[in-house]
Amino acid sequence: MRGWWEETKVDKFSVLFLFLGLFLIAFVCITLGNMFYKQIMDIPTFISVIKDPVVINAIWISISATTFSTLVAFFFGVPLAYFLARNDFWGKSIIEGILDIPMMIPHVVAGIALYAVFNRSGVIGAPLKTLGIIFQDDFPGVIVAMLFMSFPYVVNTAKEGFKTIDPRLENVARSLGASQWKAFLKITFPLAFPSIFNGMLQCWARGISEFSAILILAYFPRSAPILIYEWFTTFGLAVSRPISVLLILICLAIFALSRLPKWKRQ
Amino acid sequence: MIKIKDLHKSWKDFSLKNINLEVKNKEYLVILGPTGAGKTLLLEMIVGFHSPDSGEIWINGENVTDSPPEKRKVGFVYQDYMLFPHMTVKENVEFGLKMHGIPPAERKKATNDVLELTGLIPLRDRFPNTLSGGEQQKTALARALIIKPEVLLLDEPLSALDVNTQKKLQSELKRVHEELEITTVHVTHNQVEAFILADRLAVMKDGAIVQTGSPEQVFHKPRDDYVARFVGFENLFDGEVIENQKNVAKIDIGGVVIEAVTEKVGKCVVGVRPDDIIVSERLFKSSVRNTLKGTIMDFVDMDAFVSLIVSVDNSSFAALITKRSFLEMRLKKGSEVYLSFKASAVHVI
Repeated sequence: MRGWWEETKVDKFSVLFLFLGLFLIAFVCITLGNMFYKQIMDIPTFISVIKDPVVINAIWISISATTFSTLVAFFFGVPLAYFLARNDFWGKSIIEGILDIPMMIPHVVAGIALYAVFNRSGVIGAPLKTLGIIFQDDFPGVIVAMLFMSFPYVVNTAKEGFKTIDPRLENVARSLGASQWKAFLKITFPLAFPSIFNGMLQCWARGISEFSAILILAYFPRSAPILIYEWFTTFGLAVSRPISVLLILICLAIFALSRLPKWKRQ
Repeated sequence: MIKIKDLHKSWKDFSLKNINLEVKNKEYLVILGPTGAGKTLLLEMIVGFHSPDSGEIWINGENVTDSPPEKRKVGFVYQDYMLFPHMTVKENVEFGLKMHGIPPAERKKATNDVLELTGLIPLRDRFPNTLSGGEQQKTALARALIIKPEVLLLDEPLSALDVNTQKKLQSELKRVHEELEITTVHVTHNQVEAFILADRLAVMKDGAIVQTGSPEQVFHKPRDDYVARFVGFENLFDGEVIENQKNVAKIDIGGVVIEAVTEKVGKCVVGVRPDDIIVSERLFKSSVRNTLKGTIMDFVDMDAFVSLIVSVDNSSFAALITKRSFLEMRLKKGSEVYLSFKASAVHVI
């Protein structure tokens, strides 16, 4: 009987490249595997930690803030992505460059910049304070820090998605009686939605993992990464690990769920 | 009725110049021109996807120059169909009715009627990516027809299809046009298609309309060299079927008799593409049904090819051969040659 190794012709070149790649795969598996393994050896601590209201609250803050910031990124980012995908104009690459800046700069630096603008006496922080919205060490600050660092993922991925949709599909829809808005809503948006959703997932994941910018702008209320850091520096590895494992499990579960509904007709 | 007045449009490095065109009610107008003549841009302006730099477009007595496409009641079919990939055939066809806010019961009936007219009932629940080119084209046509447009615009509707499907859809287009009596503008670079379908022809070149008229006028009395070269690419003859046995017809085209595969009887128009004609110095035995002896009257050098004008009795044929064969056979004006072409290469209209 022929084995798979005979059926798939693997040349030396591919083998070499695969082995080089295995290094990275092993890197991830060993790091996370070790953490899970250690935790499985200590289930009782894990259980007591996930019952701790402080932990539950921190995770809730992280999840709700990143979900909220993803929705904001969707609301403002999708129209922008569509505009950029459909129009060519002088200065477009400058705008695109500006939108990529948050992905390029160190997060601590972004945190400092955000703090300067959003603190109680900052350019934006001061006027919004009079409306009762406070960013510095408050929940809106967590959202703002996450949004700043992660919205480019929505814009860029949605833009690439829109670019693959032929504008003539909208033309046809218009000729059939659809307004510009309807043509977008019924044709382009659903066709680009898998890309948009993918961008939102990336944005969500990027948001929940944000640490440095949040640390500076809104240490309180403690979101999960802040709590993990605090416990790590105060109590050490064994105490900070269970909440880390829990956070990873929640993220993995949410990603698994979001991939479940197969994109029909795709 | 469509009336286009002094239309100008510059787009990228291309421009439409001073277009004046009238399409009568229920007329089937074919705009014929090579790739890059500006035919598609003109169609897209009639439907409103682009707006002109100057000039006016009138549809049924209404100035629509500044109306958005959704207000124009113009059906549009693209060469590559542009079916909505996330909708079934039925949903694609129904789309226009939904956009016009037609209630479901009425929508269902109208959709069925159009699906029936175009023979799409069995495919109604399929998605576009599972359809053949011809089926996609029919769907695109049905989708455009369902809104009962005052004008139907077809952008190279047949050129992405194989020859057999082209022929089928040609007659389909003709039938639909006769049945619905809808004013139609059809853009193509294919002379045969133009000749078969057009009530009237407009020839376009470099963003301008150079001649309009009935197909006969344009094909037989081209206004200038350009039109002659472009449409005269076809050998077209008035003929009469003198005998037809089992769809193999003998057709008299003015002294010369050629054989063709057709069901036709009586008067007809016969076309042979120059590149379907084989030119040889000697008579050779083959299954080819038509072999005519003629004399080279003239030739035109076209890079890799040479176009020969060969007179056979009182008729003259254009034939295309490679430069190499031309040199190998040492052809010149006055050379005697044999022209051979299959009966199936003869288009009978």
